[in-house]
Amino acid sequence: MASNDSTSKTIIVALALCIVCSVIVSTAAVMLRPAQQANKDLDRKTNILAAAGMLQEGVSVEEQFSSISTRAVDMATGKFTDAVDVVTYNQRKAAKNPAMSNDLGDADLAKIGRLAKYMVVYVVEGDAGIEKIILPIKGYGLWSTLYGFVALESDLNTVAGLGFYEHAETPGLGGEVDNPAWKAKWVGKQSYDAENQQALTVIKGTVDSSRPEAVHQIDGLSGATLTSRGVDNLIKFWMGEQGFAPFLANLRAGEA
Amino acid sequence: MANNIKDVLFKPVFDDNPIALQILGICSALAVTSSLKVSVVMCIALTLVTAFSNMLISLIRNHIPGSIRIIVQMTVIASLVIVVDQILKAVAYDISKQLSVFVGLIITNCIVMGRAEGYAMKNPPVASFLDGIGNGLGYSVVLLILAFIRELFGAGKLFGFEVVTLVSNGGWYVPNGLLLLPPSAFFLIGMLIWGLRTWKTSQVEAPDFKIAPNSSEGEAV
Repeated sequence: MASNDSTSKTIIVALALCIVCSVIVSTAAVMLRPAQQANKDLDRKTNILAAAGMLQEGVSVEEQFSSISTRAVDMATGKFTDAVDVVTYNQRKAAKNPAMSNDLGDADLAKIGRLAKYMVVYVVEGDAGIEKIILPIKGYGLWSTLYGFVALESDLNTVAGLGFYEHAETPGLGGEVDNPAWKAKWVGKQSYDAENQQALTVIKGTVDSSRPEAVHQIDGLSGATLTSRGVDNLIKFWMGEQGFAPFLANLRAGEA
Repeated sequence: MANNIKDVLFKPVFDDNPIALQILGICSALAVTSSLKVSVVMCIALTLVTAFSNMLISLIRNHIPGSIRIIVQMTVIASLVIVVDQILKAVAYDISKQLSVFVGLIITNCIVMGRAEGYAMKNPPVASFLDGIGNGLGYSVVLLILAFIRELFGAGKLFGFEVVTLVSNGGWYVPNGLLLLPPSAFFLIGMLIWGLRTWKTSQVEAPDFKIAPNSSEGEAV
């Protein structure tokens, strides 16, 4: 079939193939989108609960999430705001949008470039007010930006849990940020010292528990110095003055 | 014919293994084999893509112009891979998060391309489909062996379940961290090929050139 190689046949085959393939691909994408979106939502909620140390086996995530209210925080004033709709607001997109974020310049400890003006936080409310608060954190490790949450107890100081839901650090080394044993080391640590200064830090090596500052220190991950440093930087950034420190201070004073 | 089907299906497993004999598809064999669960999904994805791309390309093989045949094959393969990726995201979100980039890379996996160009272009659809399954099986066997060794000795687990308790969790086993890193798969594949060729000596390739003998005492002066 020599006619196969004629110009017109070549063009027709190419066009027909492209049309058929694009129809298949777009049908698959459109039909599966609702399921994918549901998965993403579920994944996000699971991560939030896991970070807060509240994830229970056997209970549906939706049900567990029902006691959590989602609020937006204005990073400039450190107060709750209704300026954005928390359901539709996407802080990752906002961080890339110059109108919705601020350039961090030299103060960019966590190497995130821009900070969104509003951040979404999750408040676990009980009978006696706030039981826990879950704050989003992100920052650059060795290869990738780590995205996660840190949860604080009702004193807004004691860490209730920490977890990352997205990163691409080296498996077995930096990837150990996902290790439950390491994450458990965060629980009970104090984020702020007696003078209310940010003090939580990841150190190199093992924490000497006999020293008074041990309550602010976390063991570094062995073999993952740069990832540990990244986590250290991002926790200092987000718990510091540019991060959530003003908001937490307001919240403690009851002015948020 | 029955014999033929068996040949097409099972020859690629040991006699003509795409990874061990043809040394194709090494990239994903290094990347995803640090855990069995992920490897299994990857194997299924690759087997399905190879089988269906072989079948589809074989169906239209008499109409593919020679000048654009590679592009046509790529388009078919790429479409299938995107569909597989979308399905994974919809039904197995956790695994797709771990696999995502490697599922995408099936497009450039030499096994898929190699079978499309080498087999499907010349053979009828059913045989091509079986050939795809067979090569997928060959790929899967190697991947599963690697993943088994790497996860067991690297993390002390199988399918994510703890088999031996690690020192870090209060047990006795000190895991071999190297096994979790991609280079370890290279060593393992190397040993696997060595073993396979010792067993099936017909797979040993004749050397491309002979190393000259050492110069003798008199010559070297």
